[in-house]
Amino acid sequence: MENFTPYTSLAGGILIGISASILMLLNGRIAGISGIVSGIFNGSSLHEKLWRLAFVVGLIGGAFVYANYYPVNIEPREHMTTALLVAGGLIVGFGTAMGGGCTSGHGVCGMSRFSLRSITATMTFLISGIATVYLVKTFLGA
Amino acid sequence: MKTILSALLAGTVFGVGLTLSGMVDPNKVVNFLDITGNWDPSLMFVLGGAVITTTIAYRFIFAQDKPLFDEDFHLPTLLKIDSKLLSGSIMFGIGWGLIGYCPGPAVASIGFRPEEPLIVVASMLVGMLLFRTIARLRA
Repeated sequence: MENFTPYTSLAGGILIGISASILMLLNGRIAGISGIVSGIFNGSSLHEKLWRLAFVVGLIGGAFVYANYYPVNIEPREHMTTALLVAGGLIVGFGTAMGGGCTSGHGVCGMSRFSLRSITATMTFLISGIATVYLVKTFLGA
Repeated sequence: MKTILSALLAGTVFGVGLTLSGMVDPNKVVNFLDITGNWDPSLMFVLGGAVITTTIAYRFIFAQDKPLFDEDFHLPTLLKIDSKLLSGSIMFGIGWGLIGYCPGPAVASIGFRPEEPLIVVASMLVGMLLFRTIARLRA
């Protein structure tokens, strides 16, 4: 537990909650990143594409501005090859499209609506993620 | 125009929140999932803080007839817990555990450390397209 950061993590989580609340209060939309990103390329109307694009621009811009003031230091990972990143990205994209959401859509917004579907999805990907990390560590030693 | 500006605002707050929370660090994500090893429970505080805030706010928001800048709330209509939900979520968890990125942090990190996140986001988009194509062909 050497890198435990309860205060900044809680504060960051509250901001994510405020963001999800803003998007619902003003636009009536779920702040689910996989759905928002996927909708930019989906056959939806121009307005649908534009608000989603604006959200993504904000998401990247917010991270950019914050990291400018408080640099984020991330330890490089030696075992993380491009092939693994591509494989992981493909699985994340395919899985979130199939399961209809990710950590934000199911985990934050869906659980906050007490949606049984989202609670099930969140428990499932948490258990699956924990099992994956365990198996990778046990059999590949990474 | 108003809905586009409010989406920009919500996205910005989300990006700041994700970066502050530490969730943009894939090492931290993997350590969170590593409950039998060097477990870092920080991300429970991210999820907890986000869910508690949103649950309280949603109570007030859904007491309104409609959102401020739209005619209706756009809520998911699917209620069924089916094999698609389960297999998709299992797959997502596998990818998340393998690389330590879920969609939000992958996109946000492009803002300050683009190398890994760009590869992940590009592959993620291909994965989404692949699912949609297969779903369409089978329909």
